[in-house]
Amino acid sequence: YIVISALYIQTHFSHRVVHRNKDFLVCVTKMLARGLLTAARESFSAIPSMSRLISTVKLPDLPYDYGALEPYISGQIMELHHMKHHAAYVANLNKALEQQAEAEAKGDVSKIITLQGAIKFNGGGHINHDIFWTNLVPPKDFEPPSGELKALIEAQWKSLDNFINTFNAQTAAVQGSGWGWLGYNKGTGRLEITTMPNQDPLSVTGLVPLLGVDVWEHAYYLQYKNVRPDYLKAIWNVVNWKNVADRLVAAKK
Amino acid sequence: MAFELPALPYDYGTLEPHVDSQTMLIHHTKHHQAYVNNLNAALDKFPELKDLGLVDINKAVGTTKLPGDVATTIRNNGGGHYNHTFFWKVMTNPSNTNGPSGAVKEAIEAAFGSVDEMKTKFNAAAAGRFGSGWAWLGVKGDGSLAITSTPNQDNPLMASLPDTTAMVPILGLDVWEHAYYLKYQNRRPEYIAAWWNVVNWEQVAANFDAAKTGAVLL
Repeated sequence: YIVISALYIQTHFSHRVVHRNKDFLVCVTKMLARGLLTAARESFSAIPSMSRLISTVKLPDLPYDYGALEPYISGQIMELHHMKHHAAYVANLNKALEQQAEAEAKGDVSKIITLQGAIKFNGGGHINHDIFWTNLVPPKDFEPPSGELKALIEAQWKSLDNFINTFNAQTAAVQGSGWGWLGYNKGTGRLEITTMPNQDPLSVTGLVPLLGVDVWEHAYYLQYKNVRPDYLKAIWNVVNWKNVADRLVAAKK
Repeated sequence: MAFELPALPYDYGTLEPHVDSQTMLIHHTKHHQAYVNNLNAALDKFPELKDLGLVDINKAVGTTKLPGDVATTIRNNGGGHYNHTFFWKVMTNPSNTNGPSGAVKEAIEAAFGSVDEMKTKFNAAAAGRFGSGWAWLGVKGDGSLAITSTPNQDNPLMASLPDTTAMVPILGLDVWEHAYYLKYQNRRPEYIAAWWNVVNWEQVAANFDAAKTGAVLL
């Protein structure tokens, strides 16, 4: 029963099971050698420490081809950004989570603490890029904001243009690596523009992320070189306002 | 007296193939120039700070010497101007580089065991700096060598910043993506490995000799 259960869990969940193989083999041997009842009692007590289910994240597919955002964001950038940068965040996050699970199982709190930086960097990188790909749309499918989202933007910034200028000014001024964000403040019911350093996720501020713009140099350098403001002007041609509106609806629930 | 963009000690293509000429051109004429322009603009209202000189401006970061409304701008652009001025000089034509020798080599071996072990630690600091920043080899207050990394345009002269290991830098590497992305894209470790081919060990030795007396060469 124990073996069948373990196999079932392994094959039917997209989780990775961290075995203590040695303990498992010892249990099975005992089961055969000492009789079912004694071995079963020992096996059942070994189950909690025998395996740990840890979640892993997966690199999401882009909702469009790498070249679909041309000429505003080059296909070369999209491919590197997705297949190298985001993929590395995913791989490194999974590695850090696995190491954390092992440290937890051993009760090694010092180790858990040393892993938090890697979890923050790579977890934030995954969260941010996961949102980012959905915030973009091929220019042929571009639609400006409408309905409640448009009303909220105009109530706060007078016009879409003024919103974009304000967003771009703050985002261009990010020192080093980081993101510009349009977020929803559940407490006030208002939209807010803010920036975050490195891969710090917006959620730590309490704001709900609606639209993020990556201003790490890898997001634009091959095409725009040092001229971050040109990238920031261009990207508004490929913003997926429908996705932003969907996120707003979800945030208000 | 306004700060000025220093000329490179070599042509834009001199560090090829390890650092490409297009990167050197944009890095020098656009990125470094912007730090110089922004620093001058910030110090326009504070001419007495300009008189401090670039090294002492950097040392003043994190202290009350810098007025609150320009403190961040000076940190970013004063740091950027010093860091890049320092950086151009610790690089040279790849055919010139022979590795460290003399007093600095002995100091490296004393601190790290060997030059290779120093490089391994330096590479780890450079590759492990998340986001934008720099890796440094420097002389600490007690005269020993150490390796550290700093975020954005901070540097080890900024001793008053809480997370900074205070050192006089003798060697530094820019790991902002603009320093390598055109040629190496996401492959930062490859850039770091290639960069050792252009290190100007003579300048490093000169920086070390000055640092041992407490002086910061610029």
